[in-house]
Amino acid sequence: MRMRNVVATLGVAALALSVGACGKDDTAAGGGGSAAASCGEPHKFTVAPAADVAGSPTYAKIKTRGHAVVGVKADQPNLGYKDASGKRCGFDIEIAQMVSAQLGFDPAQIEYKEIPSANRETAIAGGEIDYYVGTYSITDKRKKLVGFAGPYFIAGQDLLVRKSDTSMDGGKDSIKGKKVCSVTGSTPIQKVKDENLTEASNISEFKTYSECVSQLLDKKVDAVTTDDAILKGYAANAPDELRVVGKPFSQEKYGIGVPLADKALRDKINAGLETAGTDGTWKSIYDETLGKSGSAGTQPPVEKY
Amino acid sequence: MLSVLTDNWELFRDGFWTTIKLFVVAGLLSLVLGTVLAGFRVSPVPVLRAIGTGYVNILRNTPLTLVFAFLVFGAPKMGIELPSYFWSAIVALTVYTSAFVCEVVRSGINTVSPGQSEAARAVGMSFLQVLGIVVLPQAFRAIQPPLMSVMIALLKNTTIAAGFSVLEAGAIPAAIAERGENQMLTLVWITIGFLILIIPLVFLQRWAERRTAVSA
Repeated sequence: MRMRNVVATLGVAALALSVGACGKDDTAAGGGGSAAASCGEPHKFTVAPAADVAGSPTYAKIKTRGHAVVGVKADQPNLGYKDASGKRCGFDIEIAQMVSAQLGFDPAQIEYKEIPSANRETAIAGGEIDYYVGTYSITDKRKKLVGFAGPYFIAGQDLLVRKSDTSMDGGKDSIKGKKVCSVTGSTPIQKVKDENLTEASNISEFKTYSECVSQLLDKKVDAVTTDDAILKGYAANAPDELRVVGKPFSQEKYGIGVPLADKALRDKINAGLETAGTDGTWKSIYDETLGKSGSAGTQPPVEKY
Repeated sequence: MLSVLTDNWELFRDGFWTTIKLFVVAGLLSLVLGTVLAGFRVSPVPVLRAIGTGYVNILRNTPLTLVFAFLVFGAPKMGIELPSYFWSAIVALTVYTSAFVCEVVRSGINTVSPGQSEAARAVGMSFLQVLGIVVLPQAFRAIQPPLMSVMIALLKNTTIAAGFSVLEAGAIPAAIAERGENQMLTLVWITIGFLILIIPLVFLQRWAERRTAVSA
């Protein structure tokens, strides 16, 4: 009896190993497994000479502390991502570092805090972070709670498909009869349901985008839908297998969240974003991150208020 | 408090309906498979006994989330196709729960005195006849309480399917969070929903126990 148990246990272990190894091989070969990606060298920013931002309590706080505390996301490859070794990279991270450099603080010193979407306003208003960069859409409702610098990127709901599949190149009206995946209960999948873009039986919802992408690579679903910035991040990890259709059917303006009353900091960051547009910094950090997906990107004009 | 339920009624209705479908289908299948496995484990054929023991030890010791992950993320990589995520969930819940059902049924079989099966063998019954006509009916009386516990565990285990693209009751909070509703109240209503689902099971157990009771 004891012997039999040992054999059975070994059997489970062997099974687990073989399946685990199988998945690993696939991701290594295809590069499709976003989780396996690791961060490369960060962009080098020139740190501006320390200059006072008059009338900004947040700037005064950063100055006494000596470094910025920035709210970010950590699970979006090439956007806001933390790799297995703890290094962070992605377009949002680069924007956060650029802002820090422009304020006169070494980006390497930034203290990052991962703030879930639901807690962003609280974290900014409560002073837990100095500013927030993480697929944060500017909306009128949020503008009552926090200040927004930017936008630094305009995203829109789009489709991530297998590279060889051209049947959905028409955008949102071409996904009828196709299997579509997104995160459980999210706004993009709700839009697909509300506008009846595909049949209810063809909609699948997982906890994370990575799981949807895995199903896409395994041909269990035909498209993953959410903001194109997030999709481009996954496509950039597997440019030979995946691509973004590029016909966005909504508009999300990503801004940098700052405390509501701190207009001085907001103006300073906006000025910095404009400089980044004219001196080519924006384009070079886009090309190093989301641009690897093969989709081009342009910097939107800053909206001051 | 009530508005969370009424404003999102279709979410709750669809979610719990999927939960009920998962529970009923997986429950029936695992009762059948579990009983067959228990038969394997007490059979006179060594190979069948080994299969039964191996199955129970593997499935009972694997976390249910992993069983789901194997079927949803692992199986496609090995070329195994299941018709839909719903059926992947049914298979995962069935293979997992049947290991527990098997052990419950086997423990019931052990409560039947060996004299019963020896007598049945003596009058010339085959192994299947001994099991089906003599042993299992007597075993059934002893296994009702633990079997109902396994079934109630299955009902609650269905919520794991929410992470694998089956939108049952466990997926309601994610959808409601996106609508900006109160999370605490959502969870309270889901708990109440599960309590309502479990009540008929409790009555079923009471009825079955009374029916099979032996007057002292």
